[in-house]
Amino acid sequence: MDTAYLIETIIKVVVILLIFSALAGIGTYFERKILAFMQRRLGPMYVGPYGLLQVAADGVKLFTKEDIVPTNVVAPIFKIAPVITAATAFMAAAAIPFFPQFTIFGYTVHPIVADVNIGILYILGMMAVGLYGPMLGGMASANKFSLLSAARTAAVFISYEVVSGLAILAPIMMVGSLSLVDFNNYQVGGISHWIVWSQPVAFILFWISAFAETGRTPFHLIANDHEIIDGFGTEYSGMRWGLFFIGEYANMFFISFVIPLIFLGGFGDGSFLGAMGLLAKVAFFFFFFLWTRAAWPDVRPDQLMWLCWKVLMPIAVINVVITGFVMMF
Amino acid sequence: MKMEAFNDRNVADNGYFLVDIEDYPTDGWGKFKRVVKRSFRGELFVGLWVVMREMIRFDIHTVQYPQEKMPIGPRYRAVHQMKRLWESDTERCIGCGLCEKICISDCIRIDTKIDENSRKEVSEYTINLGRCIFCGYCAEVCPELAITHGGEYENASDQREHFILYEDMLTPIDTMKAGKQLEFEGFGSITPHEDERVKKTPLAY
Repeated sequence: MDTAYLIETIIKVVVILLIFSALAGIGTYFERKILAFMQRRLGPMYVGPYGLLQVAADGVKLFTKEDIVPTNVVAPIFKIAPVITAATAFMAAAAIPFFPQFTIFGYTVHPIVADVNIGILYILGMMAVGLYGPMLGGMASANKFSLLSAARTAAVFISYEVVSGLAILAPIMMVGSLSLVDFNNYQVGGISHWIVWSQPVAFILFWISAFAETGRTPFHLIANDHEIIDGFGTEYSGMRWGLFFIGEYANMFFISFVIPLIFLGGFGDGSFLGAMGLLAKVAFFFFFFLWTRAAWPDVRPDQLMWLCWKVLMPIAVINVVITGFVMMF
Repeated sequence: MKMEAFNDRNVADNGYFLVDIEDYPTDGWGKFKRVVKRSFRGELFVGLWVVMREMIRFDIHTVQYPQEKMPIGPRYRAVHQMKRLWESDTERCIGCGLCEKICISDCIRIDTKIDENSRKEVSEYTINLGRCIFCGYCAEVCPELAITHGGEYENASDQREHFILYEDMLTPIDTMKAGKQLEFEGFGSITPHEDERVKKTPLAY
């Protein structure tokens, strides 16, 4: 391992950390604005022009708030839980190719931290480890609502990892690799080569389970404000709560990268246009997270379990079997 | 709409009808059919379209409050005002004390004295806004249309017992000189077309 590689990797890590931490903040701005417009409101308007600096105000508030560790909580676990959420979200980003490779000052940059040959498996695994954030946080808080939320987290994550894993199995069988770069190269021929045309069912299933794994609205029961206050986040304040928040939004962005990379051609042939196309797809998937939040109601936990085990999982299994038969003959 | 629509209590043949709701399926096949029907009827997309339509239409209903204010009705009963006479710019209040008498929350205190011209003069007049329930009786009872309600509803105070003095309520003299005093249209005021409705006092019995 030479020094140049080491420096390059460190720079990439820092850039991804900075960009996506900032994007998590800006994401909250877009969420507030878009939800407001869909509900005929204006959203944040006072801090900065059109409320653009609201993110900064929130940041100042989060950073300067007192770090409260309430009585009766299991302090070490309570303190480490938000870090798990944020850290695993960013660790999952290591195997995501954000852009096609490009040359700058005669030096070829691969905008992926580690092109490991088990990329998708690593990303799904890392997002699965993210379940320990809400679960440990909820269990360590001396609060019944947090405990409920922890139980729901465990149920939802474990169930929907089955769906997302099985759904993604069919494309993996077609591509024959777990690296997202290989996925991208498989679909390099243009729109007609996108995996979504041959695997529409897997695409829908993976999309649905993405909502469950990020805990977004149709499946927002992990931290359902109107039932269980803020779930695992009830006892948290200040930057520890902020870490949960950054983790959630970073997760949304990363899963919005993963879905187009697997199903919708990713960055295509690696041209500038292709890179912009990937950004547009990511923007659409992120927007869809906000869109559904404005439009759809939440489902009950038992309905969520019903949907997972009795509907989505059988469909995913059938999809895998059919894909296998088609590939065999 | 005619009053008939409100007075007719016979709802049976008034356009009411039972919504056609199917019985819930009890057997497995029926439940399965219901799931399939609900999944492919596209109701979720209706919801998505509705919010998207509202975003594109961009018909924002927010009132940015401190900068923008909703108009309030002329009969709105907020903090009291003391009016001046249009003819002489002097105060309308004659110190009769009726408002103090009728006030049901007992928040008006009035004190009068005889001034150097041997006329009754108001020396003290306070309203405890912490007690006032803004019922409008004082404005209604006032024979001179002197005490009325105004439209000032922003009453922040550092204590509950927020008093308002006569001088605060009185129309400023420069406003009066500019002819900008607004008449109250609520309780106790003269109704429109009052002139036409006035009858001669029957003196010859």
